[in-house]
Amino acid sequence: MTSFPPINSVAAHMPERNIDTDAIYPARYLLLMDRDNLGPYLFRDRRFHPDGSPREEFILNREPFSSAQVIVAGAGFGCGSSREQAVWTLTGFGVRCVIAPSFGEIFAGNASKNGLLTIALPEETVQRLGEAAERGARFRVDLEERLLCVDNEQIAVIDIPESTRAALLNGWDETDILLREEREAIAAFETRRGLEQPWLTLER
Amino acid sequence: MGETLYDKLWRSHVIRDYGDGTALLYVDRHLLHEVSTPQSFIAMEKKQRALWRPTANLAVPDHVVSTTDRHLPIPDPLARAQTQRLVENVARHDIPFIPLDDRRQGIVHVIGPEQGFTLPGIVLACGDSHTSTHGAFGCLAFGIGASECGIVMATQSIRQRRARAMRVTITGTRGPFINAKDVALALIARIGANGAAGHAVEYAGPVVSAMSMSERLTLCNMSIEAGARVGLIAPDETTFAYLKGRPMAPKGEMFERAVAYWRTLPSDPDAVFDREIVIDVGDVEPHVTWGTSPEDALPIGARVPYVAADAEPARRERHGRALAYMGLSPGQPLEDIPVDVVFIGSCTNSRIEDLRAAAAVATGRRVAAGVKALVVPGSGLVREQAESEGLARTFLEAGFEWRQPGCSMCVGMNGDTLASGQRSASTSNRNFEGRQGVGGRTHLMSPAMAAAAAITGRLTDVRKLMGTAS
Ligand code: SF4
Repeated sequence: MTSFPPINSVAAHMPERNIDTDAIYPARYLLLMDRDNLGPYLFRDRRFHPDGSPREEFILNREPFSSAQVIVAGAGFGCGSSREQAVWTLTGFGVRCVIAPSFGEIFAGNASKNGLLTIALPEETVQRLGEAAERGARFRVDLEERLLCVDNEQIAVIDIPESTRAALLNGWDETDILLREEREAIAAFETRRGLEQPWLTLER
Repeated sequence: MGETLYDKLWRSHVIRDYGDGTALLYVDRHLLHEVSTPQSFIAMEKKQRALWRPTANLAVPDHVVSTTDRHLPIPDPLARAQTQRLVENVARHDIPFIPLDDRRQGIVHVIGPEQGFTLPGIVLACGDSHTSTHGAFGCLAFGIGASECGIVMATQSIRQRRARAMRVTITGTRGPFINAKDVALALIARIGANGAAGHAVEYAGPVVSAMSMSERLTLCNMSIEAGARVGLIAPDETTFAYLKGRPMAPKGEMFERAVAYWRTLPSDPDAVFDREIVIDVGDVEPHVTWGTSPEDALPIGARVPYVAADAEPARRERHGRALAYMGLSPGQPLEDIPVDVVFIGSCTNSRIEDLRAAAAVATGRRVAAGVKALVVPGSGLVREQAESEGLARTFLEAGFEWRQPGCSMCVGMNGDTLASGQRSASTSNRNFEGRQGVGGRTHLMSPAMAAAAAITGRLTDVRKLMGTAS
C-alpha cells in the first residue's frame, strides 16, 4: 500500500503567474485551528461571491475541472505567506499535484510534508500542458515510476529528491525519522556548539 | 576561493549533509506566534513529543490581536481561542513567552531583534515568511510551515536545500526621502516577485553599511517578496552597537567573545556569488505599487502601465486581472490616485525610525478630510519610545490614530481591514488581492510616502509636499 497512489485525472489550468498563498487560502480563515476539511476555503474569494454563491466562470467551478486532482499553474505558484493551510486546503479539495515552472519555496516544502506533489517543469512545457489541460486531457502521475504522462504521451520523468519521493510514497513523518536516526548527531552538535559559542545557550 | 556569509552560516550549522543538495541544519532559535503553531502543537501532542530545548524558543501573540481594545478577554471568539491556545501551549511546554499585556509585546519580527533574541551567526526559524527580516543581523533566518515548526520544536533541527548566493550591491548617494523600502521595491520591480527564487540574497555596499539596523531590517524583510527565503547583511559595528545591552544578548566578557566570532562572518573578499546585481541608489525614486504583486512597483512620477505588446499570455492575464482588481486604467498618473486609508506599521516599517520619518511629514499638517490614517507601532517598547519622543502627540494632532502594537492592517485577520473597494497607502509588504481585507486595494510605499498620502488624500511624492523636489 502506498500513500501516494497514481493519479489519473483532468487538470485545471491556472496560467496566472505568482498565485500567492493569500489567494489560495485567505488570511481570515487562519483563525481556524484545523488542518482537515479546509477544502471549502480553497480560492475562497475567487471561487465564490461574497454571498457564498459560486462564481460560475472560475475554473474549479466548471465541469470537468471541479474534480481535477492536478493544477497546471503559472510561475511562482504558492509564493508569499508561509501558511501551510494553502497546502491543506488544496489537498482538502482533492488536489494532489501542482505543475508549474516554479514554486514559492516554503509552499513547496510544506507540500512535500502533506502528500501534495509539486512538479517544476520548463516554462514552454508547462504552457503546452496548460493547453492540453484546457482540452480536457488526462494527466497520469505515477510517483512509483516517476512518470508524468498526458493523454498517454510521456512528458517528463519526475525529478524530486529521493528522500521526498520516499516520504510521499510511504507517508513518513519527518520528525519520527529525525528522532530515530539523528538524535545523537543533533545532541553532539549541540554540545560542541555550547562549548564554542557559550553565549547562545539561554537560561531562564 | 573564499566563502560568502551564507556559506559560513550554512557550513557552521550542518549536522548531516545528505549529499543531494540538502542538509540537516541545527536551529539555534525559534520564534512562535499564535497563528502558525496551533496545528504544530496538536501534532506534537498526538505523538507525545516534548520540545528539544524549550529555552531556544520565544513566543508572542501578534497577528490576531486587536490594536484598539486590549481589555481581556478578546471579544472575537476565534481570535480569543487562538491566543488562548498559545497561552496554554507555552505553559504546558515551558516556553519563554511575552503575553499580550506585557509592555514588550509586539510583532514577532520586531521583538526578536529588540530583545536580542536574534543574533549574528545563528540559524533562526519561525512559522512566518517574513522571518527573512532577521537576516539583517547576519544570521540565517527563514520562514517555515506549521509542520516544520513541529519538527524544529521536537528536534532543534531542520532539513534544508542549499540556496544559491546572490549579492545586491547598493552604491551611490541617495536623494532626500529615499528609504530602504524604495530600494527594496525598485529591486523587486527589476527582478520580479519570483526573481530571487532559490537564492539567499546578501545586501552589501556602502549604502547598506551606512544604513541603520531599522533600514537593514526593512531590506531583508522584503527579500521574500522577491522570492528569496533568505536575506542577509554582514554584521558590523552598527550591528554590535544595536545588540549591546539587549536583554537576551550576551553580556560583558561574553559579548566581547561573541563579537570576536561575529567579525569572522562577513563574506570573504574573494568569495564568488552565483548572481550579482548592482543598484545605484542615486537612480532610485520614491516608489509605490500600482498592482497586486510587489513587483508592480514604479516611481511615484510614473503612470499606471500598459501591458507590453509582446508579453506572454500569463503576464497579460495577470496584468489585466491586477488592473481590474485595483480599479485602475493604463495611463493614469499614479499621483492622481486617491486613498481612503493610510496604514503605517507592519514588520516592514513599524520601528522607531519609521515612525520618526512619518512624523516628520505629519508635523504641523493635517490628515486629509475623509482619510482614515493609522499608526501602529511594532512593539510596546517602540510605542513607549514614540510617546516619550513626542511622536505620538504629533500623529494625534495631525489626525492619525495611535494604536496598540500588532500586525494590524498588514493582514486582514484582526479587525483592522479595508472594506471592499477601499484603497490604502500602506507601509506593509504585500499588495496581494484581499490581503488587507476582501476587495481591498493596497499601494505599498515607505513611511514618509504613506504619511504624505495621508496629508493630501492621494498618492503623493513626499519630496514635493516637503518642498525638496529637484
Ligand atoms: S506584520 Fe504582516 S508580514 Fe509581518 S508578521 Fe505580521 S502579518 Fe506577517
